Amino acid sequence: MDLSYGAEAEEFRKEVRAFLKEAWTPAAELRGADLKVFIKDFRLKATDKGYLYRAIPKQYGGSEQPVDVIKAQVIREEFGKMRAPMEMGGNGMNMTVPTLLEKGTEEQKELFIRKTMSGEYIWGQGYSEPGSGSDLASVRTKGELSADGTKWIINGQKIWTSQGMQSTHMFMLVRTEPDAPKHDGITYLLIDLNQPGITRRPIKQMTGEEGDHTFCEFFFDNAETPVSWQVGERGQGWYVSRTTLKHERASIGSADGLGNQFKKLVELAKETGRIGEPIIRDRLAQIEGFVLSHRYTSFRLFSCSAAGEDPGNVQLMMKLYLTEIGHEMALLAQELIGEYAFIEPEGAGGRGPRGPRGPEKWMDQIMGSLGNSIAGGASNIQRNIIGERGLGLPRDLAMSGEK
Amino acid sequence: MRFHLSEEQVAIQDAIRGTLADCWQLEQQHKFADGEADFDQTSWDALMALGLGSILLPDSGMGLLDAALVCEVVGEAAAPGPLIGQLLSVAAVAHTSHEAAKAYLAGLEAGTTVAALALGESPYVQCAKAAQLFLAGGRDGALSLIEAGEGVTIEAVKSTDRSRPISRVSFEGAKSHELFAAGDPMVSKIHDAALVLIAADSLGGAQKCTDMTVAYAKEREQFGQPIGRFQGLKHQLAHMALDVEPARAQVWYAAYAHDANLPDAERAAAMAKAHLCDVYVRTTRAAVAAHGGIGYTWEYGLNYWFRRAAFNRAWLGSPLQHRARAADLAGW
Repeated sequence: MDLSYGAEAEEFRKEVRAFLKEAWTPAAELRGADLKVFIKDFRLKATDKGYLYRAIPKQYGGSEQPVDVIKAQVIREEFGKMRAPMEMGGNGMNMTVPTLLEKGTEEQKELFIRKTMSGEYIWGQGYSEPGSGSDLASVRTKGELSADGTKWIINGQKIWTSQGMQSTHMFMLVRTEPDAPKHDGITYLLIDLNQPGITRRPIKQMTGEEGDHTFCEFFFDNAETPVSWQVGERGQGWYVSRTTLKHERASIGSADGLGNQFKKLVELAKETGRIGEPIIRDRLAQIEGFVLSHRYTSFRLFSCSAAGEDPGNVQLMMKLYLTEIGHEMALLAQELIGEYAFIEPEGAGGRGPRGPRGPEKWMDQIMGSLGNSIAGGASNIQRNIIGERGLGLPRDLAMSGEK
Repeated sequence: MRFHLSEEQVAIQDAIRGTLADCWQLEQQHKFADGEADFDQTSWDALMALGLGSILLPDSGMGLLDAALVCEVVGEAAAPGPLIGQLLSVAAVAHTSHEAAKAYLAGLEAGTTVAALALGESPYVQCAKAAQLFLAGGRDGALSLIEAGEGVTIEAVKSTDRSRPISRVSFEGAKSHELFAAGDPMVSKIHDAALVLIAADSLGGAQKCTDMTVAYAKEREQFGQPIGRFQGLKHQLAHMALDVEPARAQVWYAAYAHDANLPDAERAAAMAKAHLCDVYVRTTRAAVAAHGGIGYTWEYGLNYWFRRAAFNRAWLGSPLQHRARAADLAGW
């Protein structure tokens, strides 16, 4: 075992540092539109050097670099230290672009990739529906061909779209072959969200969060999209949606968020004067046992990825593991904040000014940790995945016809 | 950057697994548990023939991580013998400047001289009747190698752990070689290494119990179905795996930190010991519960791991004690 990155990576690190010293020097007075221009220009330079958009071909504006998870990690670390902007985030870069690169037409790639990279197009995910959560393949939002066969006409409802109020476009799963077996009747479509047939509405969450930066639901009433915006074959949308980008995903810093949250929990125990209590010390160290397991397993996954080896079952466990640790931290935090739990924190759940807040701010984590049991594959689905795909247990009878 | 096992490390584990499969099956476990011996020469010789005794020699090119990988497989098989004592005795004797003790090195390395682990304050020592040497001392005291024979009193005790039976041992007036004086960093290093190896033994045992339970759930039928199809049980099995598999990297890290002399090595050892012993106890309980009646029988054998988990948990300090130490070491 060796946690150092090696001489070659350290040479590369020097290169990245030198570049950042030169290129990432935004003047303190830069604000608003000027700062935006500066950042845009910086991203172009960083892409030219091969530091950003490494998985994207040059013809679409990427830097088209060979897969190298160690280099990618060095770039993340150095950009992070300097607080330099990396790639545009969001569903567009994480989901739409990889899907298009794999399954899209030339026209689609030309139309969407550059504008997604520049942030001009923001993508919402149109998967879940009120009646389709864990059983995603049961989607009922309907797509029908227009009489002239050039357009899909869409009717139905989608829900839990993050960044929904800002989204300009959506990638969605719609049922186009009502008579086919459920996985084979779905088509993957791209759609422009700014059109008369689409209504969007923010969802008020249990945290109190609502408004522009929350989840949305979308209503489709004869909304339209060109047939040329269909990705993959008609009826093959389920399989298109399974496309994932394997390129340099593994990150050694993926556990840092959890580690930082744990440090804050220790700080909370100090602030509230409870750190000296043996029970609190034991609970903290007990939770830390899981935090460390998660951290070192992220090293393990990174290492396997760098070596191009399959890490096996453990990769199926990381989401549920993280979720469970979040619950444990929430329970201890609730003990520690005591009567501060009486007070709804200022700016709870991202509403309004967040300012300096007392221990009651932990109510955000205490409620927010519940979101992880639901979003991105509910915990009971994760348990099924570990049991069936990981341990090879037979599928549940109700689902044994599933793909 | 490398933080997963090499092909060679996996091959070594497979070789040990194969060796133990030849000589340490349920049949041998039962026979051993019914007997009076605290040591099994056949399985010991088979392990030693693989050259395990030399792993912790300073020039072996291996380290505590490799020792941990061995202990993991031995824990998986719930094999008998004072392997942790043996490996650490080799390490301690190889590093000491005490000349008389060095004379033992060849025998320890070959496994012909058997050394039991008698660290800490506890009078209970595994495999004491079979041992010719004892590696003894507290974390704050000196580390000594004690010769069996005159001055060593051994009184066999009916042991919970049937795979590594214990005796009550006292060393009043025994012949002792001080390998490292109190305060020598090697004393705490050997203690930390013992904690990591117990964590590794626990990891192997917990993995074995998970595997046995998963295999049983695929084969056992109720209501006309393999019981592993029922979501209630499937989720319990998923949680067993979830408890064990991510914890594996914690054992690796603790061993790596020890080998690389990282500043957090002592704390990593304490954390790994505490966490893995908890995992082992939880997993053996879950395994018995998931098996149902058959798991509660002596004949089926799950109890050997259950008992070993109970021993490991209390051995050289319980999870609570090590977490209290870890809290102190973190400056909380």
